[in-house]
Amino acid sequence: MKYVLMFVDTPQFAADLAAMDEPERNRAYARVQQWFADHQDKITHHAHLMPPDTATTLRLDRGEPLVSDGPFVEGKEIVSGYAEIEVADLDEALRIARSWPACPVVEIRPIAG
Amino acid sequence: MSRPTYAELARVVRDHAGQLAAALVHLVGDFSAAEDLVQDAVEAALTHWPVEGIPDRPAAWMYTVARRRGLDQIRREQRHRRKLASVAWPVEPPADDRLRLIFTCCHPALPRAAQVALTLRVVCGLTTAQIARAFLVPESTVGQRITRAKRKISDAAIPYRIPSADDLGSRLTEVLAVIYLLFNEGYLSTGGGQAQSRDLADDAEFLAALLHQLMPTEPEVAGLLALIRLHRARASARFDRDDGIVQLQHQDRSLWNRRAIAAAGRLIAQAAAQGRPGPYQLQAAIVACHAEATRWEETDWTQITVLYDLLLRLAPSPVTRLHRAVALRYVSGPSVALAEVDALAGELNGYHLFHATRAELLRDLGDAIQARIADERALALATNPAERSLLRHRLDWA
Repeated sequence: MKYVLMFVDTPQFAADLAAMDEPERNRAYARVQQWFADHQDKITHHAHLMPPDTATTLRLDRGEPLVSDGPFVEGKEIVSGYAEIEVADLDEALRIARSWPACPVVEIRPIAG
Repeated sequence: MSRPTYAELARVVRDHAGQLAAALVHLVGDFSAAEDLVQDAVEAALTHWPVEGIPDRPAAWMYTVARRRGLDQIRREQRHRRKLASVAWPVEPPADDRLRLIFTCCHPALPRAAQVALTLRVVCGLTTAQIARAFLVPESTVGQRITRAKRKISDAAIPYRIPSADDLGSRLTEVLAVIYLLFNEGYLSTGGGQAQSRDLADDAEFLAALLHQLMPTEPEVAGLLALIRLHRARASARFDRDDGIVQLQHQDRSLWNRRAIAAAGRLIAQAAAQGRPGPYQLQAAIVACHAEATRWEETDWTQITVLYDLLLRLAPSPVTRLHRAVALRYVSGPSVALAEVDALAGELNGYHLFHATRAELLRDLGDAIQARIADERALALATNPAERSLLRHRLDWA
């Protein structure tokens, strides 16, 4: 069973990260690296996304395609990255997600088909 | 064959539905399909048994119905079809299969309302219509919850199994919360025209007893079972002839079931001996202090306050602090208790019992005017008819 873990940043998390000094931030990044290493046999693909101010949204359901700046939903919680995992079931996906050491929200979504 | 009463029907269906569900999941290999078949069998039983009487072997009767439906419906999976066709009742699934059933129904990835509805349908054999009546929601709403939950179980691959040792604690907490919610809903429902809908309290006790039988070494399971039994042992004294609430200090304690209270006390002691205290064990111990007092005047309030302190350490909550303040009134007097209660104003301002408790303490302190204002506030917030009538009575007479 394949799932995508969507990593979601909150304003508090961004502020905490910004308040860290260099060594602290390096340790935080190292924890994330370690997490990917620990679960590499389950992770089939992963990516970190550029911040939402780099996003461009295209709407195709309003006549002419409509291009606009920013993410498709305006919100304070934003998807900052994802990992695709292959595991037995939701409990295993939850177990992996629970050990995620960075941003405070993870959405777990099964991949169709 | 004599015609069964409604209560007999409910009991027999409940005794067999979970086992049937576990057997069918085992045979059919699919939770959702098995669940549908159980529901068919329950519906058939509720149609036939009131007229024809309860058969000698109700489990076999229900299995026969479920199997016939199953052979009609399950065309896709030849493997499961063959298995279903070849196996006669009794089907012997692994002993812990009902546990798997319960943990699947109460998976935290399902919303609470769906956990409740699924558990009632699959483990207790309630129909969608019965669940809808008990929770005062339209049948279609319950139906949608069930459908959506089953779809999620299959699409998101929620496993049919007992959680691993790492997860067991938190997953068990989830199951106990569902059972406790059912009990509270049954014991004192918060809407509708009836103060007590006895069915759900029955189902909650049944589930807690089943869970205790399946997990005898989990002290919190024993704690919840004892808590439910202690409440139910005193249920007949809680309402007067007009369905009005009788408060604890005015209850006729000769109506309490002493034997059931003693048995629950032993259950608490056994659980406590394991040295793993928890919120349900502590709540049960508090209720036991009340239940074991033969007169209101003999209540051990000091012990109750100590138990509340322990409970607050494990599970801090403003409602628990409110309850502790009530006990404190008998240890340290009404003004100390009122100060404790007033400190909770920010968190509990919208809770009717906060105002009702304040009213009682203010009345103790001789402040009839403020007491009245607090009672009026409580009445405006209360939804249970029996509680409303008690408050109205107090406003009329106090």
